[in-house]
Amino acid sequence: MAKDKLLAVVTLNKEAVGGDVPIFFASTEEEQARIAGTLAQVMKAMVHDVGNGVYVIVKH
Amino acid sequence: MEQYGMTIGLGILMGTLARAYMLRSDYRQYPGYPHGYVTHMSLGFIAAALGSVALPAIAEKEFAAVTFLALAAQQFREVRNMERESLAALDEAELVPRGKDYIEGIARVFEQRNYLVMVTALATSAVHHFTRWPLLSLLTGFAFLGVSEYLMKGKVIGDIAEVEAGQLHFAGPLLMVNEIEIMNVGLPKMREKILRDGLGVVIHPKNDNARATLSNMGQRQAIANVATAVLGTKKDVDTPEFTPIVRKNIDVGSIALFCVPAEKDIDGLVAAVERVPVLESARRAPLKTKAGRIAAD
Repeated sequence: MAKDKLLAVVTLNKEAVGGDVPIFFASTEEEQARIAGTLAQVMKAMVHDVGNGVYVIVKH
Repeated sequence: MEQYGMTIGLGILMGTLARAYMLRSDYRQYPGYPHGYVTHMSLGFIAAALGSVALPAIAEKEFAAVTFLALAAQQFREVRNMERESLAALDEAELVPRGKDYIEGIARVFEQRNYLVMVTALATSAVHHFTRWPLLSLLTGFAFLGVSEYLMKGKVIGDIAEVEAGQLHFAGPLLMVNEIEIMNVGLPKMREKILRDGLGVVIHPKNDNARATLSNMGQRQAIANVATAVLGTKKDVDTPEFTPIVRKNIDVGSIALFCVPAEKDIDGLVAAVERVPVLESARRAPLKTKAGRIAAD
């Protein structure tokens, strides 16, 4: 459980995110889902929907 | 010495048969590699030999021989370690691991079976020693085997809880089985896939003891593992979304299992979950205490 780790953020809303995690910007929801899906697959991690147009990629 | 030949022989025979019989009955607990069979049959033979010489040794006033039994106990504890280590090592390669608690339970069963073999051999040889009727001693051996099988059966989830099919649905990104929250799934593609291929069951504990047992994480991991062992899983290393997950309704204590099986068959899943063993280490009995009974009503 303690090994959960936030790897990246994929967002439509530039205002909503910041900090020292890798951040990917997308202009449409399809693009966002595609980027998040690719990243998650590459890093063997999972995509979670935070709800405000932000996807986080977390390794469990 | 010849007078003991039959006594010891019958004891060893029944003990080894007992071990062979118990190997047969553990299909779900152990994959049963040929090497594993050889190991356990040999150890079973040794246990049977130790059990059956105990009484003749006493009859001959060779009391020192009985100390070998202590040596045997040491040896069989080693069996438990061996099983635990090899299963734990194999567990790392599993997509859905058994979990430490389940492995501990299996290892304990393997140790304990050797003691049952010893007792069966001892009983068989004792009956022959005192009655000199080979047939009667064989019958005793079989009776012991039957009794120990019955006593060691252990409970399954179906005994302590009701298992029923649940409805998978999403509340926004949140995957739910009936009213129980499972996890947040971000990708729309994965949500569609989960709704299409996933299954959910809900496990309602029959009383407070069962509720406490089902709360145990080791027990829940065992449920996920057995469901996967029986129905398969679509999970791969890069799709953590399809990991079988067991979560509880914090208010009622009922448990929901979500999985994406290779064989989508809800009746099969319910049957598999009902047959999951209740782990000895997960067993709780708050209702046996006064405070627990007061709290329950």
